Amino acid sequence: MNCIIIDDEATARAIISQLCSNVSSLNILEEFPNAMQAIKFLNQNEVDLIFLDIHMPDFTGFDFIETLKNPPKIILTTSDPQFAIQAFEYDCIIDYLVKPIVQDRFDKAIQKAESSEAPSKTIKEPKNAVETASGNDLYINIDRRLIKIDIPTIYLIEAKGDYINVKTEDKNYTVHSTLKKIEDKLPNDLFLKVHRSFIINVQKIIDIEDNSVLIKKDVIPVSRSNRPELMKRLNLL
Amino acid sequence: MIQEIPNLNYIEQLSGGDLTFQDKLIGIIKTEFPEEKAIYLNNIESSKFKEASENVHKLKHKISILGLEKSYEVAANFENNLLENSAEGKEDFENILKSITNFLATL
Repeated sequence: MNCIIIDDEATARAIISQLCSNVSSLNILEEFPNAMQAIKFLNQNEVDLIFLDIHMPDFTGFDFIETLKNPPKIILTTSDPQFAIQAFEYDCIIDYLVKPIVQDRFDKAIQKAESSEAPSKTIKEPKNAVETASGNDLYINIDRRLIKIDIPTIYLIEAKGDYINVKTEDKNYTVHSTLKKIEDKLPNDLFLKVHRSFIINVQKIIDIEDNSVLIKKDVIPVSRSNRPELMKRLNLL
Repeated sequence: MIQEIPNLNYIEQLSGGDLTFQDKLIGIIKTEFPEEKAIYLNNIESSKFKEASENVHKLKHKISILGLEKSYEVAANFENNLLENSAEGKEDFENILKSITNFLATL
């Protein structure tokens, strides 16, 4: 089985790699310190099994699974026994190994993985992560929680592949969605798409120079085709 | 609290006698542990309890690798306290960090 390891801790990756080296049927293709790098790899490579840490900063193991349309078999590796129940809500999760992992327990997990069928291709689609907007609120779906964002606090939204990065006064959120979906949820008078990868809150503009705007500390490009609409929105002297 | 003494039992068992792997893993821990400890100390100093709890979570794994079973429970409780905005257990946890620091210096 071709495997990858995703864990933000180098020590953990080295241990799992060592455990794998004692099982002849396993072939480690790559190791990743975060889920985002692994997603890029999975878009281009066939993987049979993932060793996945749950507790990672920014993007948890469960966030990661939610992004996969056709997840391979997954063995969770974690220091948190309390996530076990949640783990088995996913068809693709074969086993749940609590660190520090010993070889006997690891071998059992591999036997389970080898004897189980490939996860169903009809596994649930990732939910539309940008769920609803009502009044001044927008709800985004992160790790199965709907998090409320006060729309006027959003100052920038950036498209990043299959994700959008929503920047607010307090916090940044990475959400599995598209710029088009969130654009439809935002009030037109406050937000403007200035580039194919950026939506800005026009009230948060600090200055504009040629083909870019400064918002907070971010310099955002403005497409030539979007510039006239941006200029129309400004209260020019 | 009675101090446990770190040991290499788990690493030796994991390595199956492969000294190259043992050296490699100890090297990684010797690099990673001081970095994680420094980040934790910085966060706790700044009363960033949520961030500190994440640091404790990571350090917990190394505590278990070094065979410190009771200390692992101390760290787990401290992690939960930090999540509830309490620093109760800080001193015991930092004593564990000192013990590991001293042990790693001997390797």
